[in-house]
Amino acid sequence: MTQAKKSTNTGPLLIIAAPGLVYLLINNYIPMLGIIIAFKNVDFGKGILNSDWCGLKNFEFLFKTNDAYIMIRNTLLYNLVFIILGTVCAIMIAILMYEVVTSFCSKVFQAGLILPSLISMVVVSYIVYAFLNTETGFINTSILKPLGVEPINWYAEAKYWPFILVIVQIWKTAGYSSIIYIAAIAGIDPSIYEAARIDGAGKVRQIFCITLPQLKPTVVIMVLLAIGHIFSSDFGLFYQVPMNSGSIYNATQTIDTYVYRALMQLGDIGMSSAAGVFQSIVGFVLVLGANYFVRRVDPDSALF
Amino acid sequence: MHSTNTSGDRTFKTFAIVFLSLLTVCAFLPFLLIVVTSFTSEKSIVENGYKFLPDRLSFEAYTFMLAQASVIFRAYAVSIGVTAVGTAASMLITTMLAYPMSRADFKYRNVLAFVVFFTLLFSGGIVPSYIMWTRAFHLRDTYLALIIPTYLMSGFNVLMVRNYYKFNIPSALIESAQIDGAGEFLIFFKIMIPLSVPVNVTIGLLTGLAYWNDWINALYYISKPQMFGIQNLLIRMMNNLQFLTSGQANGLVNVAIDIPTNAVRMSMAVIGVLPIVIGYPFLQKYLTKGVVVGAVKG
Repeated sequence: MTQAKKSTNTGPLLIIAAPGLVYLLINNYIPMLGIIIAFKNVDFGKGILNSDWCGLKNFEFLFKTNDAYIMIRNTLLYNLVFIILGTVCAIMIAILMYEVVTSFCSKVFQAGLILPSLISMVVVSYIVYAFLNTETGFINTSILKPLGVEPINWYAEAKYWPFILVIVQIWKTAGYSSIIYIAAIAGIDPSIYEAARIDGAGKVRQIFCITLPQLKPTVVIMVLLAIGHIFSSDFGLFYQVPMNSGSIYNATQTIDTYVYRALMQLGDIGMSSAAGVFQSIVGFVLVLGANYFVRRVDPDSALF
Repeated sequence: MHSTNTSGDRTFKTFAIVFLSLLTVCAFLPFLLIVVTSFTSEKSIVENGYKFLPDRLSFEAYTFMLAQASVIFRAYAVSIGVTAVGTAASMLITTMLAYPMSRADFKYRNVLAFVVFFTLLFSGGIVPSYIMWTRAFHLRDTYLALIIPTYLMSGFNVLMVRNYYKFNIPSALIESAQIDGAGEFLIFFKIMIPLSVPVNVTIGLLTGLAYWNDWINALYYISKPQMFGIQNLLIRMMNNLQFLTSGQANGLVNVAIDIPTNAVRMSMAVIGVLPIVIGYPFLQKYLTKGVVVGAVKG
């Protein structure tokens, strides 16, 4: 019976899967082949396939510019800070949340802490603008003015942006990232705490000697996965939140914003595709590498 | 779970409540600022800046917005339409691809799983995609450009639905339907789609949120402002408030002068975030579920 079905179900099931497959083929796989653009001198008159190969010339041009250094430095350093601070904040929230998990407050806390992760970067940019704009922003008019400090032109001064972007990122993501750690803490065997309590360990002791060590596999996995994406950045955070302000590119340019600007504002397909392909390939290697290490730590948590 | 009986435990719990209250206030205050300032009189903003406790409240921003309702409603209609069509189409093709992959007796299930999974590992990036969508598919300045690129299907969601079928639907159910003479299409559309409702609520919300919040597709593919959804209208308004009035054929010059610019900006942000706040209780429940269930493997 099942033997007979096996041979007849292939066709219908493939037909059911077809629309999704066609979409993946077009949306994902054709652009993967499109990385050849970075190795060509694209001439739309000839078509992409018939354009002349130019080897690594696009990459040579790209890495000779100062932009390449700035965007790679920014992408890596911001991600590094996001990973470290983001993980610490998420775990801290999770531990505290689990402490009050049964009370009514926990619903309110969770609702408040997750809300920022649901809004678009455009709305975030409005909120940041409400705080930072020079003439009427909250910081300049309600904090600096009473202190007698001259108003700061935030959108023109690069030195403040590393702090601003880190605060915005943590504000937006910490609540949401804590969910996974709350789930992990909920999975810890309660008898371990029971035993610790009988032995007289206080709350703080329990956190450092039980909760944190028990969370280690989850932390390692989340961090490794984040490292896999250390060459990507949230385009909205680095483009829209600083309002695309040219004078602070030094602090806000990442690979993603560079690709957009080179492609759409300069129309430079060679440079933008070189930066994009560099990001894709390094990202791919990093994801594979991260997965390799995850598998060594905990095979069940490896992606593949 | 663990009873709080010692005084140390109680102290810690109090500390947790106080600290989390502070964090929650920090998370929420920025929203309060945009809401309050949207109800502040323009004169008060110009004199004292954006404040949590303004001297004079006013509805002038919203009165002004009401006069420009056609531009705002248009953008809302675009956003709602794109979100509705995109989410529905996404749920359908995601489920259609996920179901065959969940069938243990389907010959190509592992091939499909790899095809889906690989898209999570490697991407060609935006440049080839942009060239393909604009030059081969001519999506520029079409509403399809807001729906099709990037968001229509995510490999992550496909694997989530696949796992849902795999671990929740017994194969005996399919076999008994086959014995009753049902073909694959009938089984899928009459039995499997209705059974997928719980997981489809989660991926529908994730996808709907992504469409509602998206402004990047329009940034790349749309140059006509009248085709903007609410997010891109917000971006445009940040630079140029006059855009709101420029749509009016009788746009008298003095209209522009009276715009309560600072308050209107914030009222636009409120309007942009409103649907999310309204749908929030619902969203929160399923999104937290999605994170925990979403431990997806290839």
